[in-house]
Amino acid sequence: MLGLSKKDLMFLMIVTALTLAAPILLNPFPESSALAQFNAGYPDLMQRIAIFAIFAVGFNILFGLTGYLSFGHAAFVGVGSYATIWMFKLLSMNILPGILLSVTLGGIFAYLIGFVSLRRSGIYFSILTLAFAQMCFNLAYSVLTPLTNGESGLQPELSDPRILDAARAGGTVATPNLFGLGMNATWKVEALGRVFQFNAGYYVCGVISVLMFYLALRIFRSPFGMMLRAIKSNQHRLNYTGLNSRPYMLTAFVISGMYAGLAGGLLAAMDPLAGPDRMQWTASGEVVLMTILGGTGTLLGPVLGAGFIKYFENIFSKINDTVLHSWFSFLPKWLEDICVAIIHPFVGQGWNLTLGVLFMGVVIFLPGGLIEGGQRIGRLWRRKPGGNGAPSAKNAAAE
Amino acid sequence: MDAILLQTLNGLDKGSAYALIALGLTLIFGTLGVVNFAHGAVFMIGAFCAVSMNRLLHLSYMTVDPTKKDFLGNPMKIQTPYIEAWFGHDTGAALLNWSVPLALLLALPVMIVVGVVMERGLIKHFYKRPHADQILVTFGLAIVLQEIVKQIFGANPIPTPAPHALAGALDLGAMIGLKAGAVVYPTWRMIYFLFSLIVIGGVFSFLQFTTFGMVVRAGMADRETVGLLGINIDKRFSIMFGLAAAVAGLAGVMYTPINAPNYHMGMDFLVLSFVVVVVGGMGSLPGAVAAGFLLGILESYGSMNAVKSLLPGIDQIIIYVIAIVVLLTRPRGLMGRKGVMED
Repeated sequence: MLGLSKKDLMFLMIVTALTLAAPILLNPFPESSALAQFNAGYPDLMQRIAIFAIFAVGFNILFGLTGYLSFGHAAFVGVGSYATIWMFKLLSMNILPGILLSVTLGGIFAYLIGFVSLRRSGIYFSILTLAFAQMCFNLAYSVLTPLTNGESGLQPELSDPRILDAARAGGTVATPNLFGLGMNATWKVEALGRVFQFNAGYYVCGVISVLMFYLALRIFRSPFGMMLRAIKSNQHRLNYTGLNSRPYMLTAFVISGMYAGLAGGLLAAMDPLAGPDRMQWTASGEVVLMTILGGTGTLLGPVLGAGFIKYFENIFSKINDTVLHSWFSFLPKWLEDICVAIIHPFVGQGWNLTLGVLFMGVVIFLPGGLIEGGQRIGRLWRRKPGGNGAPSAKNAAAE
Repeated sequence: MDAILLQTLNGLDKGSAYALIALGLTLIFGTLGVVNFAHGAVFMIGAFCAVSMNRLLHLSYMTVDPTKKDFLGNPMKIQTPYIEAWFGHDTGAALLNWSVPLALLLALPVMIVVGVVMERGLIKHFYKRPHADQILVTFGLAIVLQEIVKQIFGANPIPTPAPHALAGALDLGAMIGLKAGAVVYPTWRMIYFLFSLIVIGGVFSFLQFTTFGMVVRAGMADRETVGLLGINIDKRFSIMFGLAAAVAGLAGVMYTPINAPNYHMGMDFLVLSFVVVVVGGMGSLPGAVAAGFLLGILESYGSMNAVKSLLPGIDQIIIYVIAIVVLLTRPRGLMGRKGVMED
């Protein structure tokens, strides 16, 4: 069904189910318990996880399958965000035209940049994409200020023309919506001592991300995906067989650029403010990190990586010294202070430090990312005499 | 004419920083074949050596002078730096004043140690791994170094002034026979340019005229053969890594009076320095230096009002545009050797 083998279909079903049930699954701790701060089931965070999962899955089509490391994908996210906000300003607060335009523009920019950058490979490719992204960033900051509103960022205003739904404008700027369904509409259900929040914006992002995941699954299993893998394993040999690999590369680059544009469009649709810092090369570095943290070249890896990073970013920045002291209060006073002093630089404002350490740790010790880690643990299980031998279905399908 | 002269000076000045960082990057790439994304962070650490030196010299003790009152009527508290107490008031004040040049003495050993530790501790393990992994791990290292400096020194730029004697401006116009006041340029920037020429000259003569440098050059040309001759080339290469770090660090120290250092200054320079290395030619030392000055000057010309009114925004992107053109038409760079990293 859906052009998938039985195993892949099962895999897709599991991913879909997990996505749909996320508001429940990510809320395991009761509201009153001390662990409630580790819940992730609120709309803002779930939206970001879904959006960055789209971004990382798209990036993985380029980096994971062909091995070309782009350091400029944040530029497409920025372009997508600006495109969506402009559609909000000109047409209507319906997110559909904005998202369509962001995907299209992402693709066009990717085609232009890819056409030039793909003439080179290896580090030259990385540096070229980096140069292009920095160029876009600098332009958005300076000359293109009429289009991008420079440093302060672009957002919809009351005075915008908004041709399609100007009549509905009240005294305030309307929230982004999908045919009237506001992106911030949330149904709260209280049950079992927990508050489950079912947010329209999250479900829009979630459904789109499942669709994008399905598309990536099809690409991975297609002859086209096979060709991309061949490029990764030995491009020279491929060229010697008389095959022109560049069109395949360019297609992969454009597809991943469209994913990035879509992610940018969704980011702007969920929170209508687009600034140039979204295009900075550290933002490109972040998606690279998500991909390798989860597992480069695997299907589920980038999704895991995106979820992992966004979740811990959120948790870590909430922890402060008071919380740390309460954790270690069972220790003697001097030991408690030492523990707090050691952990302090990594939490709160220090999330970036944790990110950097994590980055190095993964590249050094676990080049295959979380997926490889899971497989290693799975293998340990299998080796145990009498242990249940089968690797989990998730890992097998993710390979 | 005056404007062009002034912008040329500006460009040489910017170019010196690019050239020094790019020189270090090229040394590392040429010897070890590693693309070091943490090199900008090394530059930043150098700059913070100057800040630390300044703070060290300003360490002081407090005395209470009962004869004077402060504005609240309490006895006046007087801070005396230890260094003034030890060396007498005049010498101490002079030392404090010259803290940035003095920081060079601190930075040199510190940066060599930082470089060698970085190479032995981390990058050594990445020679056999693909370039993508090297880029990623050094990128991570750059974030870590940057965040550590942020934790220690805070996120705001820390002004570190040049010595008073060198803080003014030089009337270069009068010196070369134009009318007085036409080309006035800050003294410290001229000194930065001269300093970079000295460092670049030093590195080149070290490589050219010493036995150590000869071995290193031989190793760059053919690592295996040098190894087969019984020379421990790895040891020499890791010393070269330390040297490259020292060059970037010294450039950072001297840069502090021009721009107050903050924790992300390295990243800002790094991207441009990469572009410089690529334009000059991967692995070509003269190429890196020449491209550094060339791009610095072109960037300054791009920021002239006459040029900007013709092509708006050109000053922001001219370096990238040049890099793209060079990479597409002459991938080995302006002075790169044939066959080195051309694909």
